[in-house]
Amino acid sequence: MTATDVPVSAEGNPIGFGRMLRKEDARFLRGRGKYVDDVQLKGMLHGAILRSPFAHARIVSIDTSAAEAHPKVKAVVTGAVLETLNLAWMPTLSQDTQSVLVTDKVRFQGQEVAFVVAEDHYSARDALDLIEVEYEQLPAVYDAKKALDADAPAIRDDLDRPDAPHPNHIYDWEAGNKEHTEEVFANAEVVVTQEMLYPRVHPAPMETCGSVADMDPVSGKLTIWTTTQAPHAHRTLYALVAGLPEHKIQVISPDIGGGFGNKVGIYPGYVCSIVGSILTGKPVKWVEDRSENLMSTSFARDYHMTGAIAATRDGKIQGLKVDVLADHGAFNGVAQPTKYPAGFFHIFTGSYDYDAAHCNVKAVYTNKAPGGVAYACSFRVTEAVYLVERMVDCLAQELGMDPAELRMKNLLQPEQFPYTTPTGWEYDSGDYPRALNKAMEIAGYDALRTEQAEMRRAYEAGESQNLMGIGISFFTEGVGAGPKKHMDILGLGMADGCELRIHPTGKGVIRLSVQSQGQGHETTFAQIVAQELGIPPEDIDVVHGDTDNTPFGLGTYGSRSTPVSGAAAAVVSRRVRDKARIIAAAALECSPDDLEWEPGRWFVKGDPDRGQTIQEIAMAAHGSLELPEGVEGHLDATAVYDPPELTYPFGAYICVTDVDAGTGQVKVRRFIAVDDCGPRINPMIVDGQIHGGLADGIGMALMELIAFDSNGTNLGGSFMDYLLPTAMECPSYELGETVTPSPHHPLGVKGVGESATVGSPAAVVNSVLDAIQIRAADMPLTPAVVWRAMQGSPLRNDLAIE
Amino acid sequence: MQVTMTVNGDAVTREIEPRMLLVHFVRDELGLTGTHWGCDTSNCGTCTLWIDGEPVKSCTTLAVMAGGHEVRTVEDLADGANLSPLQQGFMEEHGLQCGFCTPGMMMTAQALLDKQPDPDEATIREAICGNLCRCTGYENIVKAVRWAAEHPAGADSEVSA
Repeated sequence: MTATDVPVSAEGNPIGFGRMLRKEDARFLRGRGKYVDDVQLKGMLHGAILRSPFAHARIVSIDTSAAEAHPKVKAVVTGAVLETLNLAWMPTLSQDTQSVLVTDKVRFQGQEVAFVVAEDHYSARDALDLIEVEYEQLPAVYDAKKALDADAPAIRDDLDRPDAPHPNHIYDWEAGNKEHTEEVFANAEVVVTQEMLYPRVHPAPMETCGSVADMDPVSGKLTIWTTTQAPHAHRTLYALVAGLPEHKIQVISPDIGGGFGNKVGIYPGYVCSIVGSILTGKPVKWVEDRSENLMSTSFARDYHMTGAIAATRDGKIQGLKVDVLADHGAFNGVAQPTKYPAGFFHIFTGSYDYDAAHCNVKAVYTNKAPGGVAYACSFRVTEAVYLVERMVDCLAQELGMDPAELRMKNLLQPEQFPYTTPTGWEYDSGDYPRALNKAMEIAGYDALRTEQAEMRRAYEAGESQNLMGIGISFFTEGVGAGPKKHMDILGLGMADGCELRIHPTGKGVIRLSVQSQGQGHETTFAQIVAQELGIPPEDIDVVHGDTDNTPFGLGTYGSRSTPVSGAAAAVVSRRVRDKARIIAAAALECSPDDLEWEPGRWFVKGDPDRGQTIQEIAMAAHGSLELPEGVEGHLDATAVYDPPELTYPFGAYICVTDVDAGTGQVKVRRFIAVDDCGPRINPMIVDGQIHGGLADGIGMALMELIAFDSNGTNLGGSFMDYLLPTAMECPSYELGETVTPSPHHPLGVKGVGESATVGSPAAVVNSVLDAIQIRAADMPLTPAVVWRAMQGSPLRNDLAIE
Repeated sequence: MQVTMTVNGDAVTREIEPRMLLVHFVRDELGLTGTHWGCDTSNCGTCTLWIDGEPVKSCTTLAVMAGGHEVRTVEDLADGANLSPLQQGFMEEHGLQCGFCTPGMMMTAQALLDKQPDPDEATIREAICGNLCRCTGYENIVKAVRWAAEHPAGADSEVSA
């Protein structure tokens, strides 16, 4: 059904797919969204965390007596207190353990040392200053490249790993065919090798992380309002961590002010708020401030990569290999599926046709904050796409070929799908050349190259210091984890439940396991039901973010809501439709086989006037109509969707930048993004997702950085230091689309939430380097970095200049 | 100490600590939770409200500094059940996703529109550059403000060319 065929409801909404204004906006626009910090409970107390000023230091003593004497303080919790409750450490999502409150030594700056519960937030903060901690400072591992040196201090002396090659070594993980790849490289006409850093960045959602824990001392039930993208996974983890019975835990994830992966993991503050409520018998709120968010919660990236690409002299790519040094911080707190410690990084072969590929990822501990799932990266696909798209540009420069021509020559062709990559992924569908052609057409590629040549001529003639760059990135994403046989988090299979109930009057409620952080689920999931059942979307309520009222599932991250829960919503809708057919047949006194479906109605084949609308069927299902044997009344269905495969959205991006060669200042002039995520449920929302990701990419490419000094001090701990793009740095985006449905998704749709974040950074970097004609420089391309690259003395961005 | 101010047209008096920030005053003392707390350093703008018609970042303003002045928050933008043209513009143009920056963003944008009813794109971008948004990439926020400029009386109105 095309958009123009979609019927329109009385309220003017499409009864199915199409542009529809968002249902959730009504409350947000009035300032009536309900975020965690808006939760106010009777008698509620407030928590605050004391954090370590040092990156690596042994705790000699902690004296809490003065804090406890503060008249408004109700409890002071330290690691020693937690040890008595067996809660001082908790499992991470990656088979590691993480300190809740420090017991032995701190391992990163900003680590949680003590938790104060007081009558109000200000008093809790005051009391932090009254806690006396004596630290014995230790040398910090601040440079991942030195983490495995023989004399590097051991960070995780809490672990018993006698077989580890070095105390700071976490794992080596490889994928691809090493022997074949080495052979291809040994015989290749051209090999280009390039080191690059995808620096540590932070998702920095506008709302920081927090929780309100309320342990009912009578019923023993814990209710926790918390900033989570995965409420069910959190509930199970709390049951495992705290030994609380799972049915006595209700996790409520209310309105979430942006997630981007930052709100996947469980943070010590959440656990402390629970402990605080248990100790005081009162609800306890804890909301971190911005510095706490930037310094201690889940960072992203931090991949040091050495890539090599092999090709023929006429530009046929033959192989790609990469060695990665992955900085995981002090605890391995990434949230990758168990079998994939480096996430889906081995999708790094990208969108091109060759059979030789190999990667090795070496992960190390450093004295930095843990994390690594985060920032709209689809499980490390961002790092993978950055690698291959930078390497292709390096090759183009080596061969003296136009980067668009080189890509076009090597892109997978439509008839090659489904395509199995050299590292084992099976891409479902695609028409890559069409997308790149479309992007080049929107950009006016040839005219841009002509303009660029003229600007370079003027620059070289000394007439101007302005240069212009054209950067291309072609990405293939893999989103929608599971299947559960391959993908789990802590043994929980990545499949998601869904329940649909149609009320007697034909209105309905759909309950989801996933949780929106701004993606508009209350609108799009109602549209899926509308598409499948012909019920107006305004008649369908979406319930999510509450474990007592929704079915189990792994939640919203890695762009998995539409590929997984969207499919589940389609499946339950079709089950309701099938049941409605039987009920309609009973009402019409015919065989179900005699009925035909049109949106919103079953009717008798050849006699279209004889039929039953879905609303009439709903009433009949709840009424006195005698139903066939074995058919229960009411009109509802449940499903658990275990995806057979990932979906593989893709896109072609072109970024045009202007670079002031005198200052190194970069201005993004244009950004063209052609995305293919299959059919679009709500094109307005899809475009919005892409816009946000493009801004992320521009921010990471040009501004955002979490660096450390030689003491392990975080240099990006506030928004004065960690620079996010504003409306001034972002251009007006030029979007295009192609539509290649996924053959295995019930609706043909693919995920899109992270596509632009994955695809855009390489386009910006390629553009700037194309302008200044330098092979490599690392993000963020600040004026200083660009200028130094032009002088031939590149900066190492992840360390302080000392 | 005692502080008295007008908030959204109503006189309010509260006994507060002198150090209390205005953002906490409106949220915790008055229950107006549409104004959000995002960064402490005046960078993100999610706490933006008005004092005497000027947008101010309430995370770095003491509540007592608003004593005797008129404060306006996002809760006052709509006229009863009717959204203001700017609020309508945000909805029509999909100018919000998670909604967290939206109240501050609208308070900044409304102040611009009050001074300059027909701003061009560059003017809008400069005006809102003290308000961060992580979801929209700003494109649709700019369009939302333009929508409001083109529909000064809301959905049924348009400026004739």
